Amino acid sequence: MSGKLYVARSSQVAARKLDDEMMIMSAPDSTLFMLNETATIVWETADGSTPLDEIVMAKICPQYDVAWSEALQDAEELVRQLAGHGVLLLSEEPLATASPPRSVQP
Amino acid sequence: MQEMSAKALKLRIPLSVQVDLTYRCNERCVHCYLDHDDHGEMTTVEIKKLLGELASAGVFILTLSGGEIMLRKDFFELLECARELTFCVKLKTNAILIRQREAERIRALNVDSIQVSIYSHRQEVHDAITKVPGSLKRSLDAIRFLKAHGLKVIVASVLMVQNSEDYSGVRALASELGVDFTLDPTVTPKMDGDRSILGLNAGHAALQNLFRDPLLVGDVEQYCSLPANADADVLEDVPCSAGHTACYVSPYGDVYPCVQFPFPSGNLRRSSFIDIWRHSDALNEVRSIRLRDLPSCSHCVHVSACTRCPGLAYMEGNMRGPSTQDCEKSFARTGMSSLNLLSKIAPPITLVQIQGFSTLVALPETDQPKDAAHLRLCRLGVNSSAESPRV
Repeated sequence: MSGKLYVARSSQVAARKLDDEMMIMSAPDSTLFMLNETATIVWETADGSTPLDEIVMAKICPQYDVAWSEALQDAEELVRQLAGHGVLLLSEEPLATASPPRSVQP
Repeated sequence: MQEMSAKALKLRIPLSVQVDLTYRCNERCVHCYLDHDDHGEMTTVEIKKLLGELASAGVFILTLSGGEIMLRKDFFELLECARELTFCVKLKTNAILIRQREAERIRALNVDSIQVSIYSHRQEVHDAITKVPGSLKRSLDAIRFLKAHGLKVIVASVLMVQNSEDYSGVRALASELGVDFTLDPTVTPKMDGDRSILGLNAGHAALQNLFRDPLLVGDVEQYCSLPANADADVLEDVPCSAGHTACYVSPYGDVYPCVQFPFPSGNLRRSSFIDIWRHSDALNEVRSIRLRDLPSCSHCVHVSACTRCPGLAYMEGNMRGPSTQDCEKSFARTGMSSLNLLSKIAPPITLVQIQGFSTLVALPETDQPKDAAHLRLCRLGVNSSAESPRV
């Protein structure tokens, strides 16, 4: 990746966290996605203003025993896949702030 | 979706909730189970508060229904709130009030699907059921508006005496419109327990025809075959999702396990949703029931494949009892009576079901046999290739 990559949650989808996984329904094609724990972290922090590399550095690497470059590569693959389904928005510039996701009461 | 439901069941998360925004309606369908007078609907503020509580409780699928949802003047305000809370929103409507402008707004809010009630492809039949002249045309126009905006529409029909010949016509109409089709073969009692509308149910012959339509059921032979014997795992299953991963909220804030299961579980004007969901004695009682706990059904040959609705059983007087309407469906499907149906036949008899033989045995109460040789067999839907009976 040459520049920064910004990610934001699409307002077109339905989403809810179930335990540590995120359920996402894409309204245009009624496709259901289940994000695993790490993908959920990326989704939850995709606020449009924090670059992906910083998300990986701050939220993924401290929790998982993984090299930053490797984690970033995986995260880029994930966000591009989700962007292809309209679930995330990607840009090389900061995007409009997405509203924070709701969590289930403990 | 199954994996998600299993996880929600384990965590006791209400994955799916139906909220009826109003019981008021602009149609007067002959089979409707609701009282359409307004007895004090929740206000906009109350419903928005509820939506926040549902989101916090983990509800993902939110079905907004009624009555007719579009009669709420705040409908779009509530829908907007629901989408801001990122629910997967499904709407149920007669669509009479949906025009171009409303379809645009629904599309802009990324609703998942809109279910529209269509009872016949023939105007005279549909309009006679809704008691609103011109209603079929208006509903179909609305479906076209919604489709034109790329929305997912489902045409929903209910089988009854008035339209028992028409479901294939409605299905063809749905296909022509490019939308999905679903059919409910059951007219249910009114929510207040009044059973007078059950006479509208289409009856045995209509059900038999329905269950032998490959376009509806797929492989007819497989669908209509007798179910396998229930093993211990099946008997440990919960009867349905009501109260486990799903529940219902009335326009007055009453919480029930399901719209078809009006077992009072709490009211949102007195308690929060999460408090009712977690601590209601009624919901906890519903949750405690497994198939093995159903005195009659757990011994019935149909137990592993029955569509038994605990709500209909509740409205028959016992939530652990059989739902006769589902027994009738099992009979129409397989040709074999359920234990419940047999118990309704003729004078008092004790019924014993022979496992593994798919045969039902009737023992006159006054003539109890001393051994199996004395059994008078009442064979219904005999499976001649079955293994030897064991009592």
